[in-house]
Amino acid sequence: MKKQISIFLSICLLAGTVYAQKIKGSDTMLPLSQKEAESFMKKTPTAKLTVTGGGSGVGVAALIDGSTDICMSSRAMKMDEKLKMQDAGRAFKEVIVAYDALSVIVNPGNTVTQLTREQLEGIFTGKIKNWKEVGGADLAIVVYSRESSSGTYEFFKDHVMLKKNYAATVLSMASTGAIVQSVSQTKGAIGYVGMAYENNTVKALKVSFDKGKTFVAPSMETAKNKTYPITRPLYYYYLNSSEKLVKPYIDYVLSPEGQAVVKQTGYVPLN
Amino acid sequence: MQKLFLQKSICNRVKFFRKLLERLIEGLLMLSGGLTSLIVVLIVVFLFREGLGIFGSPSMETSSVLVVNKSNPIKSLTAAQIKNIFDQNITHWNEIGGKKDTIILFRIDDLTNYVSEEEVGANLENVPACLNKVVDSIPNILAFLPANKIPKNFKGVIVPSEKISPGTFLGGKEWFPTAEPAAQMGVLPLILGTLLVSFVAILIALPLGLSTAIYMGEIAPDGIRRIMKPVIELLAGIPSVVYGFFGLVVIVPLIKNAFGLDVGETALSGSIILAIMALPTIITISEDAMRNTPRAMKEASLALGATKWQTIYKVVIPYSASGITAAAILGIGRAVGETMAVLMVTGNASVMPHSILQPVRTIPATIAAELGEAPQGGLHYQALFALGCILFLITLIINLSVESISKRKKGERH
Repeated sequence: MKKQISIFLSICLLAGTVYAQKIKGSDTMLPLSQKEAESFMKKTPTAKLTVTGGGSGVGVAALIDGSTDICMSSRAMKMDEKLKMQDAGRAFKEVIVAYDALSVIVNPGNTVTQLTREQLEGIFTGKIKNWKEVGGADLAIVVYSRESSSGTYEFFKDHVMLKKNYAATVLSMASTGAIVQSVSQTKGAIGYVGMAYENNTVKALKVSFDKGKTFVAPSMETAKNKTYPITRPLYYYYLNSSEKLVKPYIDYVLSPEGQAVVKQTGYVPLN
Repeated sequence: MQKLFLQKSICNRVKFFRKLLERLIEGLLMLSGGLTSLIVVLIVVFLFREGLGIFGSPSMETSSVLVVNKSNPIKSLTAAQIKNIFDQNITHWNEIGGKKDTIILFRIDDLTNYVSEEEVGANLENVPACLNKVVDSIPNILAFLPANKIPKNFKGVIVPSEKISPGTFLGGKEWFPTAEPAAQMGVLPLILGTLLVSFVAILIALPLGLSTAIYMGEIAPDGIRRIMKPVIELLAGIPSVVYGFFGLVVIVPLIKNAFGLDVGETALSGSIILAIMALPTIITISEDAMRNTPRAMKEASLALGATKWQTIYKVVIPYSASGITAAAILGIGRAVGETMAVLMVTGNASVMPHSILQPVRTIPATIAAELGEAPQGGLHYQALFALGCILFLITLIINLSVESISKRKKGERH
């Protein structure tokens, strides 16, 4: 019995010294990384990975102060974060591991089925306030957004609203699940969520980024062939100095097997 | 004789050990008391040290700057003006006291629209020179650039960013802490939102809690009381996220339908949830206070021919007034600091609250939702700590008033 325990402990210790890796960052990517880490550990029993969330910014901060090996981020690293990495003397690498498509969702009772980017910008900046202005019923628009700490919030702002600020009247929800819940029970609601969160209590809109010439519905296919415009890359960042340690895991994520896991969890694989 | 001596010495030894033990325990108690006070002081010092740094810092991150052409008469911009310009609500320089021309916005990403890729260079080595050329050649430009890409012989003019003062921080009505180029740090809507939600919550909870306490303390038979008390105390044990979820799924649609609103996430929804959460505190403390009314006083009142109800409101309630006040104020304290449940049901739109049927954003919800992503030591981070200081001061005032009220009442009685 004692022997067994000591063997177990030494294995743990060995695993700890050789393979322990910490992954930290974006909450959007948390389910994906957890699944990937699980299946990677099943395949390579000596590997040990711990995955924690907290937000993309938290992950980057952890990478700067060295408390994580891999930072997962649902947005590209910002200019001032890059400068901070430079100041700290840390060279790093960026890997795109998957894509995520954002669906614009409305209440199923809403008659509007498609919007252009300009209309979306008007709605989220508060200039368009009623559904009849975009061809719907005479109903006030209730805009739901994520909190400013979310990478999704930033991506939608940069990409759909061309960096203009959200209106102050926008309701910010703490989680994607809360947005789906609220949109499903509010008639004039509109919001955005990762495609993986879409369900039949809400309706996804077709969007057009070419001033109304073509409208595309979000789906795995349209996201993959890049015709759906609101698609964002999901990143892993790691330091050059820890490349040896993290490479096996990252290679696994990029392998066909890892990409199958990406698809399983509702994200869009690389190719 | 010898036996007696032996007994005495054993007795002495026991006494000595007992004393030692007592000293030891005293020491331990003092240590834990000291440690607790020290921790409290350290937390407060940390909170204020981080939070007060916000005042005097510029509303832009130091790593980037705003520049204009040297012919432009505009020499300074407020944070609000900068936001309105970049949101394209202000499109002409004459709206902010300049020339009669359109403002041309420029970000570093736009560089290749003005100069060719070859000019920039393969390793981006000519970026500073290109920026110099672009800023110098467009008279109506307002450029948002990284500070380290500004060349030494720069021909443009750097617009200094407005410093954040206690006035703009506490009196500002716009909360856009992540807005670029200039963050908007006005916390007035957040403070008012917190106070509104808590105040309405206490308006709901106090009458309800007090009536329950009177019923439990004075009217209910022992059997019912014995069941009711643990059930009410159970309310205090439910995690706040469960209250929040209950609120989002049940109370929010209820409010929306009852008042015919467009949106159910309102201050009122938050207040109702908070009222439910504050109930156990109010009921337990005020009921305890009522039960402390001396039996002799109640019996004297009854003997004089007063009815049960007359006894309750002429004798019991006045006697336990200080306890009831303390209960109410502690209930408010609970409501002011509550985070998760409020975050889930109030909608969190940072607008000035005009009615209780509107979404509001509270201070604890703001801190909880934003601290995770705020870069450590940055402007946003400091602003959140300053919000923490404000919340701390609010609860401190509440606690001090509890103390003074209960002291005053005691003084009157004796």
